[in-house]
Amino acid sequence: MDAQRLLARRSFTELHARARAQALLDPGSFRELIDPFERLASPWLPRQGIVTQADDGLVVARGLLDGNPAVVLAIEGAFQGGSMGEVSAAKIAGSLELAAEDNRQGIPTRAAIVFETGGVRLQEANLGLAGIAEIQAAIVDLRRYQPVAGIVAGPVGCYGGMSIAAGLCSYLLVTREARLGLNGPAVIEQEAGIAEFDSRDRATIWGLSGGEQRYRSGLADRYVEDDAAQIRQALLVCMRAGRPGRCRSERHDAFLPPLSQADGARPAEPAEVIAAFGEELRA
Amino acid sequence: MQTLAFTFPAAAPAHGRALAGVVASGDLEVLLEPAADRHISIEVTTSVEGMERTWAALFARLFAEPTRPAVRLQINDSGATPGVVSLRIAQAFDALAQEH
Amino acid sequence: MNTSSQRGLVWWQALTGGTEPLAGYAASLRVADAKLGDDMARYIAVVPDPHNPFPRARRGETGLIEGWSLARAVRDAIEADRDRDLRRPIVAVVDTPSQAYGRNEEAYGIHQALAAAADAYATARLDGHPVITLLAGKAMSGAFLAHGYQANRLIAFDDPQVMVHAMGRDAAARITLRSVDELDALAADIPPMAYDIHSYASLGLLWRLLAVDNPAAPGADAIAKVANVLREAVADIRGDASRGLESRLHGPLRKASADVRARLRAQWR
Repeated sequence: MDAQRLLARRSFTELHARARAQALLDPGSFRELIDPFERLASPWLPRQGIVTQADDGLVVARGLLDGNPAVVLAIEGAFQGGSMGEVSAAKIAGSLELAAEDNRQGIPTRAAIVFETGGVRLQEANLGLAGIAEIQAAIVDLRRYQPVAGIVAGPVGCYGGMSIAAGLCSYLLVTREARLGLNGPAVIEQEAGIAEFDSRDRATIWGLSGGEQRYRSGLADRYVEDDAAQIRQALLVCMRAGRPGRCRSERHDAFLPPLSQADGARPAEPAEVIAAFGEELRA
Repeated sequence: MQTLAFTFPAAAPAHGRALAGVVASGDLEVLLEPAADRHISIEVTTSVEGMERTWAALFARLFAEPTRPAVRLQINDSGATPGVVSLRIAQAFDALAQEH
Repeated sequence: MNTSSQRGLVWWQALTGGTEPLAGYAASLRVADAKLGDDMARYIAVVPDPHNPFPRARRGETGLIEGWSLARAVRDAIEADRDRDLRRPIVAVVDTPSQAYGRNEEAYGIHQALAAAADAYATARLDGHPVITLLAGKAMSGAFLAHGYQANRLIAFDDPQVMVHAMGRDAAARITLRSVDELDALAADIPPMAYDIHSYASLGLLWRLLAVDNPAAPGADAIAKVANVLREAVADIRGDASRGLESRLHGPLRKASADVRARLRAQWR
């Protein structure tokens, strides 16, 4: 990247959720639903002595993408690690449900989700988990009509049940700052021991679950620079392409055979994962 | 967690609303909305208990003169320093001014 | 190390009545079509396999092979019923201690494997298959999202070994910076944080909470009772125009979930 481009760049990862949603939608089309002044915050956090955020860390933005009706769901990673509580999860699921309903009535509403989340908010445990199941149900429903694009930009990354939601999207866009995985490094170390996974070994973590690796091994569709304009462009390209023939999560025929050949007892290197999935997926 | 309330005299009521910050560690969220009377009524919810005097001193300094528009000012705080609190409040009032 | 729970296998065998499992699946999966009333239903369980090629998935955890294989088991049923008016019921028998936690699981994208399973169940439900989940033991976190949580109806045994949660007690305590005792005290006041199935039932997510004698080693009466409830669930689903998860939204402790949806609808256009 030359100096001029570097200066013209506007980092997406440094933006908060509301500004991210504004940056993705067509200029001037942003309209927030259940905005912070409605104060629909978590009913469960104050009972545990935890300060709420007025929007529960989730921005629902209606607007346009390429002039087409859209909704952007942007998770605020800085509030409670972007974790999904009852309200934040319902904002995503409820919006996707309405987008699917639009399509059944002939309105081609599409959706983008900005994943910046550690998964379930443990203070709302089972309601967060139930909410994530409803998000997943709604992605699979809406995806039948219009693309549902996921964006993992960083710095929080996308973990837990929401990584499964990311895996359901029609398209997944990642940056170099993105990390995508089910179990966070600290959780694996805790559950399986430091010999299994050293959560301080940053090189290994990024090597296995970073955006570039996920893209090169076929677990993400687009690898984008951390630049708001370029991420919006990449999103528009995905939306113009329409629904993919088959989503990644529908392709057990491509993923199961190489996994059945893999040596599960020996630590896999990033290049092996790329080699294992690459050929089948490109075929 | 603790909730605190303060009131200060202010100028004419604000028009519009404004928001600044997020409830991240060491940061806070500020919500401004027009108030009906000529007061700034402040409600602070903070994760750090026992800091009433610090908050009172900060607001007394910020709102000593009734030059700011009358607003309902809500703060959701996650352990921000007084400097960060002042910054976010200023940002919120700036955003309010830009609305009109 | 605890011995692996066999409840999933026990109930899968009980409900399929000695049917041979379909060939071609990993040893950690049991898949078979067996009678359920007038239907042939597909019964699916994830079971412990001490020789699982992925060592972190040997005690009934849902791992890479399990996620993608669940997807295959469900999608094969969808494909087989493509031209039938009446889609076969799919019964997920759930007793899964957790998702598999391991380096290789992350490396090969376990999130994608579990997404494939959730996708297949959701697709089956949308396609008109009655999808029913029987919670016979633990249903934890990502494992439950992959195997069971997309069902039209959730049925749980009223039993102390049955639990639904986002994370095990010890890990949850560490991550929320609390002691296990503090966590338990909070859970007593805050139903979504609790580990027992009664608290879970209070959230309004279950269709039935079912008392069953000796669920670890059920007798003929218990099996007949459960099979009967499964038939009722099939009838209930087929009589319901909805193929979504709306039936879970009405619990008194889910007011916020309903409020969010009502406001979104009011502001949508």
